[in-house]
Amino acid sequence: MDASAQSEVSNGGNVAEIGEIMQNIAEHKGCGTSGGSGKASCGSQAGQGDLPTEIWEKVKNHPCYSEEAHHHYARMHVAVAPACNIQCNYCNRKYDCANESRPGVVSEKLTPEQAAKKVLAVASTIPQMTVLGIAGPGDPLANPEKTFKTFELIYNTAPDIKLCLSTNGLMLPDHVDTIAKYNVDHVTITINMVDPEIGAKIYPWIFYKHKRYTGYEAAKILTDRQLQGLEMLTERGILCKVNSVMIPGINDQHLVEVNKAVKSRGAFLHNIMPLISAPEHGTVFGLNGQRGPSAQELKALQDSCEGEMNMMRHCRQCRADAVGLLGEDRSAEFTTEKIMAMEVKYDAETRKAYQEKVEEERVAKVVAKQEELAELAGASSDIKVLAAVATKGSGLINEHFGHAKEFQVYELSTAGAKFVGHRRVDLYCQGGYGEEDSLQTIIRAINDCHAVFVAKIGGCPKGDLINAGIEPVDQYAHEFIEKSAIAWFKAYLDKVNSGEIEHVERGDAAIRQGALISAA
Amino acid sequence: MPFKIIASQCTSCSACEPECPNVAIREKGGTFVIDPKKCTECLGHFDEPQCVAVCPVDNTCVIDMSLPRYQAPA
Repeated sequence: MDASAQSEVSNGGNVAEIGEIMQNIAEHKGCGTSGGSGKASCGSQAGQGDLPTEIWEKVKNHPCYSEEAHHHYARMHVAVAPACNIQCNYCNRKYDCANESRPGVVSEKLTPEQAAKKVLAVASTIPQMTVLGIAGPGDPLANPEKTFKTFELIYNTAPDIKLCLSTNGLMLPDHVDTIAKYNVDHVTITINMVDPEIGAKIYPWIFYKHKRYTGYEAAKILTDRQLQGLEMLTERGILCKVNSVMIPGINDQHLVEVNKAVKSRGAFLHNIMPLISAPEHGTVFGLNGQRGPSAQELKALQDSCEGEMNMMRHCRQCRADAVGLLGEDRSAEFTTEKIMAMEVKYDAETRKAYQEKVEEERVAKVVAKQEELAELAGASSDIKVLAAVATKGSGLINEHFGHAKEFQVYELSTAGAKFVGHRRVDLYCQGGYGEEDSLQTIIRAINDCHAVFVAKIGGCPKGDLINAGIEPVDQYAHEFIEKSAIAWFKAYLDKVNSGEIEHVERGDAAIRQGALISAA
Repeated sequence: MPFKIIASQCTSCSACEPECPNVAIREKGGTFVIDPKKCTECLGHFDEPQCVAVCPVDNTCVIDMSLPRYQAPA
């Protein structure tokens, strides 16, 4: 399987009223696509920046390739590729909790024809759905016929939808020409190592040319094929993102080498993700106690790789059948049963008009951001702090502390506010976590932050946060995230400089494992 | 006539289906099954049975001991 994709599939059997789904168009605001006053809530790259125009054109409405785009544009994955040709120690295909959010997990497989209809149904309902990806649940290129049939059907009926796929790379060199033929201009390759010795600890075996290979030999074939495929894609001008799973003690240090190797071969973006390894997933790593990285370990590695190459920090490690904006999932609205009952009318003009409106808003936001940054001009300090933000989107601090399912994390310095990641704090699938425990879960998840910005917060959690050394900040309720964070940071620096407070470094934080509940 | 798929372990990933040189594998009732009349244990085709080699769950494609082993035609 490959690393990329969430869903909560209702099996109540009710065919959704189309009217109900259509009504959701109005409600599907995401982060800042409506209202006109929104501003990008995260994203160090709020606009084109240094990117060449041809690349910007390719990434500007791809939520997985542009940190900023994910507030405005949605993606969907169709699970047409169940088969896989390699075995990974972090993957277990047998386990499928309907509430599970993790790559490789889906609740129903689709035929290419069902997938094409699903894409049109979603695109008609969610006009900002611009990207269709095939990310498994197996490997798309271990199912080439199903994968390319799906691309062909969509290419012919909805040519404005960007196609992308996410692969382990083993069969990539054989399919580069077909990928180019269907205008698939974004490919993600999961590359966890470039050293077969390390690869042997991650991949028990691969199936290649009618033979199962194990150990060093398997990893050697895999890395050679991955890098060859990457080179072939970049030669053809196809944008490549590289996903890497950070496995402490196995490939954590090595990922710096991987970063260099993929950068030199033209990869556009590197996405280093934390290992998900809860024992209940039944993966090799889950069962043998292999831990995932802490939030600071992950950030340190991402920071060390962030040179000339863009790092992706907004990955939600979604399911192979996810639908919607990153961090939200609407796949339950689009089960096969519901789709087949829907009358789908694909209206390219409406979609285009909607997306043009989104673009106007984005331009306005970039201007607003520049104005904000001027506030910090002249200030000079080496101090960097992290701040967590509770937001429902639109670039605003507009979520109640107790209702937040995730916090966005910004690094604040005199250079401004930089989005560096997100922390899930939703409750565990298994249940049984009371109010007290959930507060502790939140504190563990944002323990490396100096402050948490919220729209509102109760007296009890406020006290507990202060005791934990995290300042709850509600004075900027419903204001822009970055502007507020910069204002707070400026005041913080003033207090440090005047001796009113002493700057102390924060500790580490935990990355949330386990299944996502969608109803929280 | 020998390999069978243990249905309770099959993830229905379909990886085995296109690998079978005898086109002996098909989906049935949510999992995959091997037609014992068509299976040749991959003798004469490959060194190892393809369904076994590609299956993600160990010990899921196994010899069906209730049937006689495949005999290559003389």
